[in-house]
Amino acid sequence: MALAKRIIPCLDVTAGRVVKGVNFEGLRDAGDPVDIARRYNDEGADELTFLDITASSDDRDLILSVIESVASQVFIPLTVGGGVRKVDDIRRLLNAGADKVSINTAAVSNPQLVKDAADRFGSQCIVVAIDAKAVTPENDRWEIFTHGGRKPTGLDAVEWAKKMQELGAGEILLTSMDRDGTKIGFNLPLTRAVSDAVDIPVIASGGVGKLQHLVDGVKEGHADAVLAASIFHFGEHTVREAKEAMRAAGIEVRL
Amino acid sequence: MKVAVIDYGMGNLHSVLKSIEAVNEVGADIFLSRDPDAIVKADKVVFPGQGAMPDCMRELNGYGLGDAVREATRTKPFFGICVGAQLLFEHSEEGDTPGLGLFAGNVVRFQSGLVDAHGERLKVPHMGWNRVFQTRPHPLFAGIEDGERFYFVHSYRFAPADPSLTLAESEYPDRFACIVGRDNVFATQFHTEKSHLAGLQMMKNFLAWDGAV
Repeated sequence: MALAKRIIPCLDVTAGRVVKGVNFEGLRDAGDPVDIARRYNDEGADELTFLDITASSDDRDLILSVIESVASQVFIPLTVGGGVRKVDDIRRLLNAGADKVSINTAAVSNPQLVKDAADRFGSQCIVVAIDAKAVTPENDRWEIFTHGGRKPTGLDAVEWAKKMQELGAGEILLTSMDRDGTKIGFNLPLTRAVSDAVDIPVIASGGVGKLQHLVDGVKEGHADAVLAASIFHFGEHTVREAKEAMRAAGIEVRL
Repeated sequence: MKVAVIDYGMGNLHSVLKSIEAVNEVGADIFLSRDPDAIVKADKVVFPGQGAMPDCMRELNGYGLGDAVREATRTKPFFGICVGAQLLFEHSEEGDTPGLGLFAGNVVRFQSGLVDAHGERLKVPHMGWNRVFQTRPHPLFAGIEDGERFYFVHSYRFAPADPSLTLAESEYPDRFACIVGRDNVFATQFHTEKSHLAGLQMMKNFLAWDGAV
């Protein structure tokens, strides 16, 4: 297999700055998005994902100038998500230099948006973000939650992923809500169930606390790419260390 | 030197433009254009493309740019990227679309249900960093290792009818042509503008290229 498994650092952006949550309490300024993007790029990140967590709609446009600056200096793929509701939101992000746009809540409230966006811009740039939580003690059935994991939808995660593929999604960003922030590893049965059910690539997200978790996401979870935030942000590991760990485990990476 | 990046509304032109500017050590005038005259008068032409090929072809024709592209492929160093490379072929399975017909051959979809030699499933789109094996020497390979990784994202690939068009191949799981070219024309399936240092090096080579092979 020649295609490398991807490692994708995720940056939360609000009001034009990268922020970090500290022990789930409040947000701390973590620096300039361009500087941080450049550092991850230098360390060998395969792509970067920006999550716009801006609360006020007044500040929404700031993400556009962030993406424009990053895209002028960092020549790897950039995905942007957060608050994407209309085809025009996607157009503006792509024009600013995003390569892919991630649709989350709006895909649930308006699945047609996924189809419209894929028809208009191509499947290659439409990522559907799925936030799922186990709804059985056996961890064998998972439901989609929206609004940052607060609102249940009654939708089955595996069926939903298949439907998003049919509508034209080019990739699935799968976050396990039970694991997000726990640092105990991906929800591997969930990741594997979704990845095996679709033909499009699946990015595993939520729960990474050590490098072995990234290995497990690929080997046990069958993920095509792994996304992590805190292990990189807090300086525990560099992207390069993550890749070396994956390579040592027999996974093909770009090093 | 004038370098025109053809702007027909398809794809991440911002990144294409910025990536060429990033390696512009020769003081070239690099600009986006949808003006057939400006494209024909440029010294070099970059032809990007992203999205579905039927839409790309429709937009290209809508702006009346088909002849300017054909003219550029005959006369000047020309760099096609992704769908901009696919459009140079005769026909695409995607939406049963005729291409510009510069190169003999068709654009075909990766089969679904592909598996590699270890039985691992291969997803479509083919997305991520894959190796590019040079099958013929070319000036644009200067400073780039054989087998270097570049960033791909595509569900369709070109299948040249004339094997001498193929300059490099990748594997998914079988070998497929990922760079084609003839004379002054060079075209990649992958995105140089998203391929970090290797992509920048290739674009730098293009700025230095006189179109001879």
